Amino acid sequence: MRESVMVELKNITKTFGTVLANEDVDLIVQKGEIHALLGENGAGKSTLVNMLSGIYSPDSGSIFIRGKQMNFDSPKESIACGIGMVHQHFKLVDRLTAKENIIAGNKGSFFTSGKEIEKKIISLCEKYDLTVDLSKRVQDMSVGEKQMLEIIKVLYRGADILILDEPTAVLIPQEVERLFNIIRRMKKEGCAVIIITHKLGEVMELCDKVTVLRRGKNVESVDIAQTSPKHLTELMVGGAVDLEIQRVKTENKEPVYEIKNISVMNSDGLKALQDVSFTMHTSEILGVAAVAGSGQKELCEALFGLVKLSQGELVFKGENITGKTPREIYKKGISMSSVPEDRLGMGLVGSMDIVDNLLLKEYYTQKGLFINRKPLKEKAKELVNRLQVSTPGIHHPVKQLSGGNIQKVLLGREIYLEPDVLITSYPVRGLDIGATYQIYDLLNEQKKKGVSVLFVGEDLDVLLNLSDRILVLCDGKVTGLVDAKNTTKEEIGMMMAGHTQETIQNKGGA
Amino acid sequence: MRVRVVKAKESSRNKKILIQTMAIAAALLITGVFILAIGHNPINVYSSMIKGSFGSAYRVKETIIKAVPLLITALGIAAAFRMKFWNIGAEGQIIMGAFGASFVALRFADLPKGAVLLSMMIAAVVCGGVWGIIPGYLKAKWGTNESIVTLMMNYIALKWIVYLQYGPWKDPASQGFPKIANFADSAILPKFLGVHIGWIIALVLVVVIHIFINYTKKGYEIVVLGESENTARYAGMDIKKIVLLATFISAGIAGLAGMIQASAVSNTLNMQIAGGAGYTAIIIAWLSGLSAPWMVVVSLLFAALIQGGSFIQTAFQIPQSAADIIQALILFCVLGSQFFIQYKVVFGGGEVRGN
Repeated sequence: MRESVMVELKNITKTFGTVLANEDVDLIVQKGEIHALLGENGAGKSTLVNMLSGIYSPDSGSIFIRGKQMNFDSPKESIACGIGMVHQHFKLVDRLTAKENIIAGNKGSFFTSGKEIEKKIISLCEKYDLTVDLSKRVQDMSVGEKQMLEIIKVLYRGADILILDEPTAVLIPQEVERLFNIIRRMKKEGCAVIIITHKLGEVMELCDKVTVLRRGKNVESVDIAQTSPKHLTELMVGGAVDLEIQRVKTENKEPVYEIKNISVMNSDGLKALQDVSFTMHTSEILGVAAVAGSGQKELCEALFGLVKLSQGELVFKGENITGKTPREIYKKGISMSSVPEDRLGMGLVGSMDIVDNLLLKEYYTQKGLFINRKPLKEKAKELVNRLQVSTPGIHHPVKQLSGGNIQKVLLGREIYLEPDVLITSYPVRGLDIGATYQIYDLLNEQKKKGVSVLFVGEDLDVLLNLSDRILVLCDGKVTGLVDAKNTTKEEIGMMMAGHTQETIQNKGGA
Repeated sequence: MRVRVVKAKESSRNKKILIQTMAIAAALLITGVFILAIGHNPINVYSSMIKGSFGSAYRVKETIIKAVPLLITALGIAAAFRMKFWNIGAEGQIIMGAFGASFVALRFADLPKGAVLLSMMIAAVVCGGVWGIIPGYLKAKWGTNESIVTLMMNYIALKWIVYLQYGPWKDPASQGFPKIANFADSAILPKFLGVHIGWIIALVLVVVIHIFINYTKKGYEIVVLGESENTARYAGMDIKKIVLLATFISAGIAGLAGMIQASAVSNTLNMQIAGGAGYTAIIIAWLSGLSAPWMVVVSLLFAALIQGGSFIQTAFQIPQSAADIIQALILFCVLGSQFFIQYKVVFGGGEVRGN
């Protein structure tokens, strides 16, 4: 038994200043095991694996690799020990080819034989069922290809202990399946794999064992066979939670905002959106699914009146508002709210307090030259109470609040404007489970009130459960607009990859 | 983004005060060594610097006269800095303001005194303001770098005055000496409590700017735009308009300082009119944390440093260059401490890495 333990961490403690990132954490990973490291944002997952990969060293505690105590002073020593980490943000050189990226940073004789290296890479690829075009430059690769390259890079260095940090965050469902197969292959070959994630579905599907961290501490290590998503969530959050995302039933769905054949150019003069048409309805959540950078950001900004259209029309309740600025739209009596992806860089002013941030959307409605903060103080107090924002006070700079509380302030402000249309872009990104569900509830509440909600999301399960319809974008074009009740994750994934709704349904029919 | 969050959390008030106190102590110590090296007792020199700037009614007046242009210019600079528009062209804006005022003073001196002074002020604000709105427009329209444009425009302004002084505006009564004619009495600011009324103008401006930035819509827009252009865009603000307004206000106020200097201090226009106030004011604005009330205190301290520095030249027969070195050492330490405040912050940012 002892023989098969690849990684053992004992009583690891790590502090940053006054912040306790890890406290007495234990972790045991066996040979041929896929081990999930689960926890909310800030639970200390990344810190823990960064100590394993030699980026940090622990304040106290010990690290055993294959039974031998190690003391890593740098990532180099960790790599030499057979530990390979695939970071969430890839560490590749854009201008170099796949092969050059694999070789870079490796020890070897002064002259390396290209053929020999190629042979070694190809045999690795066969062993683990990987594919890569060795002469392709990284800048021309898709996200999935880049990740594949990262994995090959790590394996080429001889790693048999692999750490993957949120590997599925940027992939479409088909790519995720592919990745899982590769990981299972690694397991078969006797590697130990550690996956950091917060997606429970993936943990249940792929892993053998899971260690849950909460606020830097070990909560429990359990076999997947002996647990359930509900149980894991409770371990992560530290209490019972209601995991149901409900699609609220609403009547009175009427067309309210028509988007007709719009195109938008990005700053490089390329088309970010191309001939996009759809209609938003009252009392509806319209989900938007797309791989990052497919034009969803431009879409949100276009609907909100922030970017110029190169073509097409925006019609709100029969009134043409094409080319109008947000302020002009407001003057027409149309209330449009938006929760942008970049909360502190766009939606809020980080250094200002809650009152001044509420002011952002209201100061221009006040009369005269001066600002009256009094009514907003009341509003700020109400917002803090109603949405349970945890803050030292309404005069505290918002950037010092936690991610969930920042989002509550932003979403709260936008909801207080009593919008007709609410555009939200990744509203739950980076939030913990409690805050996430609170945000879903708020969106549903708005829908019940008759608001037309646009929800750009990344988790397809959530999109399928929360939305009424789902709009799928690929390369700035609409590849599908489907009823969320009558579609599947796979179908959406196909459309995200560029297959149109028609071709998929034809295939299905034939 | 992550760095900014850490920045605010890490820079506690106590720590800042501690670092700055240490900086001043270090400044006095290093300067003390230097004073010893040139053969004087540092304690005597320090105390006479204080005596030299506040020791008598006359000296206090002199210190205030030196503080006025620094304070007014710093107020102007802060208006642009709030927007993160790095206006380092206040020197040129002072000069152009003085030029506008002089144009009125030399041409229309026959009008009643009140009318002359008022039109001098308007001319100064407009000329200085135009000198600031040009880089503002270039930035809003084409995204040019405002630091470089404002800096370069300082030299254009300076050479323009040299041209006037040696050319078209040369006083025919000066027997060939290249100087511009002195202003008539109607173009000279009156005194109040023994000091020209520039100090009242300065204090009024402190209140006005403080209210403008903190309690008006336009001031709010400037601050929001300074924090993030995207946020301003998202909130529906007209970014170009705000940039033009803020740069005009910033430079116009600097121009007003130029009018006060030309009218009340030199009674004419010459190439020394700004005398580096435009640069010193940048430091003052920054050290005051862009807060108008604090600028009153900091500009008085700077004026005292300048005044005390010139006093010890005569009192101890220290050459001017040595007095300048003493000033420079003190400044170096105080400004250098800013780096340490920043450095700690960035260091913290590098280490705190969650999840």
